[in-house]
Amino acid sequence: MAETVETQTAGLSAPHVLEYPYTRSVGPVIGRFLGGLRDRKIEGIRTKDGRVLVPPAEYDPVTSEALSEFVEVGQAGVVKTWAWVSEPRPKHPLDRPFAWALIQLDGADTALLHAIDAGDESKMSTGMRVQVRWREETVGMITDIECFEPEAAS
Amino acid sequence: MSEPVVGFGAPIRLEYNYTPGSASSRYLRSIAEGRIVGQRCPNCEKVYVPPRGSCPTCAVPTAEEVELAHTGTITTFCVVNLSFYKEIEPPYVCASILLDGADIALFHLIQEVPEGREVTMGMRVEAVWVDESELAPTLESIKYFRPTGEPDASYDSYKEHL
Amino acid sequence: MREVAVVSFAQAPNVRRDTEHNEVEILSPVVREAMERSGIPKADIGFTCSGSSDYLAGQPFSFVTALDAVGAWPPIRESHVEMDGAWALYEAWVRLQHGDIDSALVYAYGKSSPGDIREILSLQLDPYYLAPLWPDAVDVAALQARALLDATDFTERDFAAVAARNRSNAKSNPNSQLAGDFDADELLSSDYLVSPLRKHDCPPISDGAAVIVMAAGDLARDVCERPAWISGIDHRIEAHGLGVRDLTTSPSTTLAAEKAGMNGNIDIAELHAPFTHQELILREALGLSESVSINPSGGALAANPVMVTGLIRIGEAAQRLIDGDAKTALAHATSGPCLQQNLVCMMRAA
Repeated sequence: MAETVETQTAGLSAPHVLEYPYTRSVGPVIGRFLGGLRDRKIEGIRTKDGRVLVPPAEYDPVTSEALSEFVEVGQAGVVKTWAWVSEPRPKHPLDRPFAWALIQLDGADTALLHAIDAGDESKMSTGMRVQVRWREETVGMITDIECFEPEAAS
Repeated sequence: MSEPVVGFGAPIRLEYNYTPGSASSRYLRSIAEGRIVGQRCPNCEKVYVPPRGSCPTCAVPTAEEVELAHTGTITTFCVVNLSFYKEIEPPYVCASILLDGADIALFHLIQEVPEGREVTMGMRVEAVWVDESELAPTLESIKYFRPTGEPDASYDSYKEHL
Repeated sequence: MREVAVVSFAQAPNVRRDTEHNEVEILSPVVREAMERSGIPKADIGFTCSGSSDYLAGQPFSFVTALDAVGAWPPIRESHVEMDGAWALYEAWVRLQHGDIDSALVYAYGKSSPGDIREILSLQLDPYYLAPLWPDAVDVAALQARALLDATDFTERDFAAVAARNRSNAKSNPNSQLAGDFDADELLSSDYLVSPLRKHDCPPISDGAAVIVMAAGDLARDVCERPAWISGIDHRIEAHGLGVRDLTTSPSTTLAAEKAGMNGNIDIAELHAPFTHQELILREALGLSESVSINPSGGALAANPVMVTGLIRIGEAAQRLIDGDAKTALAHATSGPCLQQNLVCMMRAA
């Protein structure tokens, strides 16, 4: 009886999907960085005080000065911090357990967020070195970097 | 230097389990029974359909349910010349319909307009429902509204609801 | 500055999934409760401001329909922020400084249950470099937590102790969602959600709403025996890119507190820290001493209606001043990933 009443007063529910078919216009700075990825190179941008931002920003995050001096940086670097995902979610870049990490590439002064395909959490540590694994087909998106992998794996 | 990228497609798809709440659930359930149920404000006594559970002017809950007629008056309308649904051939008419007993108009299709007659403000219309076996908690259970053939309602009778 | 106070606060019970009520139905009784407690008639409210995000329940322009809960007729002065309601309160405070109106109604609502809140919060990240990878809210918080573990002496047990303390505090909060006695060591034996964060390090998913009525000067004194006077309020934001910030500190919180007049002399602090490690960062940034009662309500770890949690912090702190349980309070609200933006509201009883 109580169950019947509950069924009658319970609110309805229905599946509801929202789709936003956005196209991003990226502008000259991000556009150049993404163009570089398509050609399998990684470029940062230099601030007036000499720091190299990777990924590049249009304006200095401290002084807000417009930036334009691009610098190619290394395709390997150091893990500054990381988090282990033992159960990847459907939209995640890898379908097996992986690490998110902030990675400071050689020659850069800031860190890039990406995934590391390390196989097991025990392989991960702050300060470890990792290198880029390029996607087979590059199109000019951040996902052209399929992920990073421990440098020793090469 | 690499050829710069101008842009990229970034589709976003978000899946929800929408819950319309108490007032809308009761309204949709009434539709599934072939009835139209609104709610009356205890303060200003206006009747809202579909109800949202609160009077938008008095900000008090609208608990009292009111069963509404399936007939009403077109307060305003537009002629749609673009094809949105392949089920309906343009041009067709969408109208604001003030159900008898309600204080807020709802939107629906107008069909079965007799040859030689044009849709007008004040036109009297009635709901045409799907077959009883197809009734569901959706406003699509009302296929459309059609003219009743009664004389048009006077402008004064609906001017507050434009 | 014109004297402005919180004179009443009300909130909906926080629940995991409210399938019975739409946003208007959740808000409506809370608005009524706050209005009745304030003693200010609806027609006398000078300004109404709300905070919410349409992405949460997937209802575009839901803030327009939410106005059904406040009754926007005859036409009212109204504004909305696509941020936590604490920022709506900030706007209302600024509006009250104009001097031509004496009261404001601030509300916030958030129904996180219809969608996937972890994924939805990905959409606040950089759309070019981050969003295509879909790191979610817990993922980026976990990166911050590891950075804190690496940079300081804090341990995962310290994280668990924060969870246990907040959820123990929440036992006295009838509106909390997650309350009870937990043993930090026992919590540590559970699996990681996203390492180094375990489930207890993360906030619950909540549906909720909150309302605050503010009044200036003599009106506040007339309608409230002990108004919670806002002695200072400020908010500051840091750079968007996670890789350009030091995630282990919160300079924006420190600066906002300084500008809001924080001098260390407070009885209670309500901190908007959805993740355990973020409370540790905030305590450091605010220089809170051991004598300060932190999150007597249980904080965001006991209930986290997104877009409302920050406003609740201000309301919970203010309520303790209104009730005479404290003399001075600090309320904090955050927005954005990894404590990107922070608001500090200082309040005193007289």
